[in-house]
Amino acid sequence: MAGLEHLLGALTPLNLLFALFGVVAGTVIGAIPGLTATMAVAVLVPLTFAMPTASALILMGAIYTGAIYGGAYSAILLNTPGTPSAIATTFDGYPLAKKGNGDYAITVACLASVVGGMIGALALLTLAPPLSRVALAFGPVEYFWLAIFGLSLIAALAEGSLLKGMAGGALGLILSCIGVAEVSADVRLTFGSHTMLSGIQIVAALIGLYCVPVLIDLVATPDHHLKIEKGSGGYRLGEAIAYLWRDKINAVRSSVIGTIVGILPGAGGSIASLVAYSEARRTAKKGQVYGKGEPGGVVASESANNATVGGGFIPTLVLGIPGTPPDAVILGALLVQGVRTGPSLFTQQGEVVYTFIWGLILATILMLPTGLLIGRYAYRTIITLPKALLVPAIAFMTIIGGYAIRNNISDVVIMIVLGGIGWVLGRFGFTASPIVLGLILGPIAEAGFVQAWTIGGATDDRFAMFFGRPISIAIIVFTLFTLLSPFYLARMKKLKERAHAD
Amino acid sequence: MKTTIRRKFLTAGAALAVIAGFDLAAQPAAAEYPEKPISYIIPFGPGGESDITARLQQPFFKDKFGVDTVISYKPGGGGAVGWAELNSLKGDGYTIMGVNLPHIVLQPQQKDVGYQTDDITMLYWFHYTPDAIVVTDDSEFKTIQDLIKYAKANPGKLTFSGSGKGTSPHLAQVTFDKLAGVKTTYVPFKGTGASVTALMGKQVTAAMAFTTVAANYEKTRLLAVAMEKRHPRFPDVPTFREVGLDIVSGAYRGIAVPKSTPEPIRAKLTKMISDINHDPAFQKKMIDGGFAVVDYAYGKSEQDFMKKMKVDATAAAKAAGMLK
Repeated sequence: MAGLEHLLGALTPLNLLFALFGVVAGTVIGAIPGLTATMAVAVLVPLTFAMPTASALILMGAIYTGAIYGGAYSAILLNTPGTPSAIATTFDGYPLAKKGNGDYAITVACLASVVGGMIGALALLTLAPPLSRVALAFGPVEYFWLAIFGLSLIAALAEGSLLKGMAGGALGLILSCIGVAEVSADVRLTFGSHTMLSGIQIVAALIGLYCVPVLIDLVATPDHHLKIEKGSGGYRLGEAIAYLWRDKINAVRSSVIGTIVGILPGAGGSIASLVAYSEARRTAKKGQVYGKGEPGGVVASESANNATVGGGFIPTLVLGIPGTPPDAVILGALLVQGVRTGPSLFTQQGEVVYTFIWGLILATILMLPTGLLIGRYAYRTIITLPKALLVPAIAFMTIIGGYAIRNNISDVVIMIVLGGIGWVLGRFGFTASPIVLGLILGPIAEAGFVQAWTIGGATDDRFAMFFGRPISIAIIVFTLFTLLSPFYLARMKKLKERAHAD
Repeated sequence: MKTTIRRKFLTAGAALAVIAGFDLAAQPAAAEYPEKPISYIIPFGPGGESDITARLQQPFFKDKFGVDTVISYKPGGGGAVGWAELNSLKGDGYTIMGVNLPHIVLQPQQKDVGYQTDDITMLYWFHYTPDAIVVTDDSEFKTIQDLIKYAKANPGKLTFSGSGKGTSPHLAQVTFDKLAGVKTTYVPFKGTGASVTALMGKQVTAAMAFTTVAANYEKTRLLAVAMEKRHPRFPDVPTFREVGLDIVSGAYRGIAVPKSTPEPIRAKLTKMISDINHDPAFQKKMIDGGFAVVDYAYGKSEQDFMKKMKVDATAAAKAAGMLK
């Protein structure tokens, strides 16, 4: 294996300590809605100036991977993604917790995150230079179609009503237009308010749309927040391992999806976990009921989002193009250290790179024991705290989280307003996910469309630009497949039933 | 009796505390400044040029003055969100903010962004990233003349990726078209990183970007730089002036403070930034990174510079049709 000789370099006590500290700190930060992996890494940067480069990278990589995993806790226990990457974890994680299986879901999430993190890191270790080409193969038009594909997931994810899902998605798209447009710099839909110039932050929308309705319902209903099984709060490790073994194809497929989406600089953990989730759902086996508390949903989302960590480092280290926002921060820290990333980094500074990759693998492994321990503690806290303490504690955290996005009180206001809207819409059967999908994917689709339209205009062939490129065609085919397969399946089922009736 | 005395004592104590408190608040002791970490706000996301240059300054603040700087990001509205809020922040010298040109000149003229150019109390313009035309290292265009020749023969076909609209690269592209007598297509991307990614993926012919790109990305080549003299890091790359195009432009970055910051603190901060800017180790880091160090400090130097920039940027934006 490449760079095996540097494994020992990663195993120094100092590096081990950094990896352990990073994973623990990252997990805790990621679990708090509003505190993202990007922020966690940015705070650490000045500490790394005095460190050897490899150790600095290990610390930042560990905190990053820990934060991506930590986002699962609040997704499962509070129906609130701690980081945008954990959106898809709520789909089945929260129903599981509601049924009294929160401890189980957290253990599954931990195992899946370790698997995903390992596969991503191994891809970084062995296949980085060839895989980095994926980052360059995606042009504006591919991002446009990828965003359209993402929006098509609404059809697959819409519980019950397709129409309501689409309406939610459209609302999200409109919300994403607020503020100064990313590429054209036009001011839109601000109604003269300076606060709205910066638009709606995704994290503010996440907390508002997911967490605030949960809080309102907690206050409005007399029931316990989560159903408590007698003697729950264990690890249920054996059960989780057995499930993961049965669901190994899902875990590996989701990790591969996560790695590849992580490589794309214009996408991220949220898109990776959503795509992996929809694939898991599309290929569901008999007896698997996604959306109602199927552990496979947690497996797909969590393995995919942790795989984006390793995947994202591929273009960062090979090309100097950050694969994800935390990678952009890490790249900045490397520049200060005087390390220039690029193809020659692997040959000229192989020691640093491979020591770091081994350190990342080490951190991923450390996530298993620490994740299980912190997870059990988080679960016990949530189920044992009386509601009178739980609600204000969570409310307090969401406000801190909303404020921490940009140290801006207006984000807190936007979060609360969206929460109110989300709760009312929820009463009418509109779910949060299509709205958030629209909000995340809108700017990607718009920028991709405008850029592809401009470039297509310059070459006098807009049709070939949009419909003539191989990767685009593949994404279009996938989109049609996702859109039409529910109808097809429903029709087949009907035909079968009719055949039975006859 | 006893209680009265105690009460009096308490009142006096409280009054003393209040006076002492007021005293501290009214005159932040410039002599002791800085005695706690300085918050350095970047009104953009992480990883861009503004972030990286602030990160380059960070260790020098620590080494030279023993002061920690905490960099935080307040992105939104192309920086406008941060600048609109600047004067409402506490002016005690522990909050400083990154500022960019031509942004602060053009934004308030284009739309109501919640601040005016003159609202911003600039302490220092410390560097700029000169505009530059960048191609991939395997591009058919070896020289700037090759590129101009192609653009003349194929009006509109040559595509430039660039960072956003109304930005320094966008203005440079418009000026380039006008002076070279060509018509090229500008494709805006979110930030320099995305614009260079598009270039390396061969989605566009060239990028109108900065000199820093060639320092950060191995597989790129500069064709011309918008500087008065050649960049020391790239002695083989001609300036636009050498090929007969009078383009000297780029994105300038500096540091501002809230208006309420007292003069002694402004002076002290200016001195600190100036010391860092004159440190040979800092300058070397900047030049290696492809930046160009400039030195317009608080006072006449900064005022004269701003006066010139306002005229230049406004004229360029009018020529580009971005301002009426």
